[in-house]
Amino acid sequence: MATLGRACLILSLLVAAYGLAAGIAAWRLKRRDLAESARRAVYALAALLTIAMAIVEVAFIRNDFSFVVVASHSSRTTPEQFKLAAMWSSQEGSLLLWAWLLSLWSSLVLFLTRKRMRDVAPVATAVLSGFATFFVALLVFAASPFQTVAVAPEDGTGLNPLLRHAAMLIHPPMLYSGYTLFAIPFAFAVGALAVRRIDADWITATRRFALAAWLFLGIGIVLGARWSYAELGWGGYWAWDPVENASLLPWLTGTAFLHSVMIQEKRGMLKVWNVSLVLATGILAILGTFLVRSGVLDSIHAFGASTLGGPFVALIVALIVLSIWLVASRAAMLRSEHRLDSLVSREAIFLFNNLVFVGLAFVVFFGTFFPLITEALGNKRALGPPWFDRITTPLALVLVALAGIAPLIAWRRATVANLRRNFAVPVGVGVAVAVALIAAGGVAQKPFSLTMFALAAFVVAGVAQEAWRGTRARRAMSGEAPPLALVSLVRRNRRRYGGYVVHLGIALLFCGVAASSAFQHERDVRLRPGQSAHVGHYDVTYLAPIGRVARKDGRIERIMLGARLAVGTHGAKDRHVIEPTRSYYPQDAPFAPVSAMFDGETETQVQLESGLRRDFWVAVEPDVPTLLLPRARYFDRQLVKAISDGRLKSADEQVLAFNQLLQRLVDEYVAERPAAPFRVIDSPMVTWIWLGGLVVFLGGLISLWPGADAARRRVTAGYAARVARELGRA
Amino acid sequence: MGVLEALIVLLLLAAIVWVVGAPLRRGVTAAADDAEQAAREELEAAKEAKYREIRDAELDRGTGKLSDEDWRVVDRQLRAEAMEILRRLDALGAPAAPPPGPGD
Repeated sequence: MATLGRACLILSLLVAAYGLAAGIAAWRLKRRDLAESARRAVYALAALLTIAMAIVEVAFIRNDFSFVVVASHSSRTTPEQFKLAAMWSSQEGSLLLWAWLLSLWSSLVLFLTRKRMRDVAPVATAVLSGFATFFVALLVFAASPFQTVAVAPEDGTGLNPLLRHAAMLIHPPMLYSGYTLFAIPFAFAVGALAVRRIDADWITATRRFALAAWLFLGIGIVLGARWSYAELGWGGYWAWDPVENASLLPWLTGTAFLHSVMIQEKRGMLKVWNVSLVLATGILAILGTFLVRSGVLDSIHAFGASTLGGPFVALIVALIVLSIWLVASRAAMLRSEHRLDSLVSREAIFLFNNLVFVGLAFVVFFGTFFPLITEALGNKRALGPPWFDRITTPLALVLVALAGIAPLIAWRRATVANLRRNFAVPVGVGVAVAVALIAAGGVAQKPFSLTMFALAAFVVAGVAQEAWRGTRARRAMSGEAPPLALVSLVRRNRRRYGGYVVHLGIALLFCGVAASSAFQHERDVRLRPGQSAHVGHYDVTYLAPIGRVARKDGRIERIMLGARLAVGTHGAKDRHVIEPTRSYYPQDAPFAPVSAMFDGETETQVQLESGLRRDFWVAVEPDVPTLLLPRARYFDRQLVKAISDGRLKSADEQVLAFNQLLQRLVDEYVAERPAAPFRVIDSPMVTWIWLGGLVVFLGGLISLWPGADAARRRVTAGYAARVARELGRA
Repeated sequence: MGVLEALIVLLLLAAIVWVVGAPLRRGVTAAADDAEQAAREELEAAKEAKYREIRDAELDRGTGKLSDEDWRVVDRQLRAEAMEILRRLDALGAPAAPPPGPGD
């Protein structure tokens, strides 16, 4: 099957290269047959890469360790559901996923636009095929998932334990869908600029893809944060890590684009800004993919140093040069058709929000690449989370304020009377929440958090007021019952009300961030069995150490060392027992088989109790260097000596002895009742972050839902008749 | 490469050549009316955007963001712009039927 997979990749490369060449030829020669053929090449590419994906997935499921990628990223003990996801934990598997998703989305957009934009589509096809050519070439020449060995090992090294988390099943596909979907507006923007067709049609044709990209990337980012919080054992959800930042950058510019694009659609303004944003977003999506692979920046998420950095840098430089040339050479055509009517209008608010989003993206970009910049200047330094927090917090406050203001202001121009009428209640609610929080105590010392809560209340009140007034207006027109009127209102104005729901989710999410950052209690404590600690609202008592050896099919899967803790609210008698643990996985180390357990991959099983008000989070890290390693090394010597003396002849005997020594190591750890270090966190409102993410997701779905087209056409038809009548009278 | 795998690859290659090459076998098709179609699509997009703007203004009026007086001014202007777009669309004449093609 590996040979068939390799053949599929080679055919994919040929087909993608053909799509690139035929697309360019169709554009230059104005040949529709070539354009059609290039489009079909993209469909063929999707089919071929689907076969390649299926072959790799089947190899993972069948434990076919003759595939190098399977042997190095899976094992017989890897849980079945994670075998499916193990593919994209590898460099080559994730590249294949990227190329496959790109081919699917490209096929979809080219199918949907097959009767439209006949001048732009060939160039867009060429650009999308160009991306595919690049990624498939990497798969063929540099990182093939179909590399095999003549003699398959008995077992694989297994999936990185940190990746054995439910979020990891869908986090990479979501991120990659976001990245690859952003290639579509990029490709159509290049096409529109290339053929000098700078109207809003390319935006209309690809707006849903930009929205889907934004939505998928956002889901991917939130899932990554959730994984970090629940799995990585440090207790946070966002560390301003380069790879996290890399995914945030296109999301920020993409968000700016989704707002400013409405101004171009409505008013023919901001054309240069929009094409620049969409080109920058496409390039940042490639940069994000590059950062995970290049190893140029230290990150906990990266695949480590690889040889793919050079080609990616070349691609990014080429894209930047192409983008700048296209925008500069078409500058005269990109002039705005109108000017801002008023600075107190929704257009102006969107413009301001764009500046903040781009400013935020610039800050994140600068902070992320600061180590490279300072290294080039001879003194490598990095900017940590405090720097990011200091700069981004005020910008986040401004964004939440704008998320509240924008729905309350009319397009074109707002008057003082309108402003008073629309802002009175939401501002009143925001101020009331601020006063109530100050009166309740404890919040006034945290001005940023207090401001965020007040602004979030302002956003929620504003959206609620909009929904209420819209429903009332709808009822006045249709006489529907209130719930039905609300549904009709949203259904007929999905884009507007979907956006409002997104604003609601963002407000909830930032409330969670503000509360959990400012009011978190975190302690690193070292406890002996019987000792207690008080952290925030909780009392924790270390009852006893625990240890387990987990086996699957007779093999050691991992050993787990941890603690049994009694936890309860501070001062309360009711307690319940929890068991945080840390797992250690075996490695192939013939001369130090026992101690190698502690040199290899580890996984923290955090005990997390989530609630709407607060989360209790605890992790343990058994004292490996002083307690366990010396004993493990002693067992190593015993085992190696027994093998060299010929006392353990067969492999089965050696495995049995190894298993017994590990069991003894664990039993002795439990019997000794050693002290253990714990990280205990009492963090308020973290759940609001995940709930906010869900609400954002819901709002995105409302905006994206395809039924909107049908509704729009019906309404539009009504308007068309009306405008046509007036035209007839004119 | 085994015989079966070689056969599958050959079949894939033949299918790709067949499907991708089909438009070329029908002969050269010049995109003569692309400019007119582009102009029409541009105007259609502008018309849709204008109607959306008219609807948004109505909703803004319904939710109190625009007074009746302000709305009348905005609405009149938007409708005038919509009529201009319709005039330009009419001037282009009826759209040509899209050329047939597999996959269309």
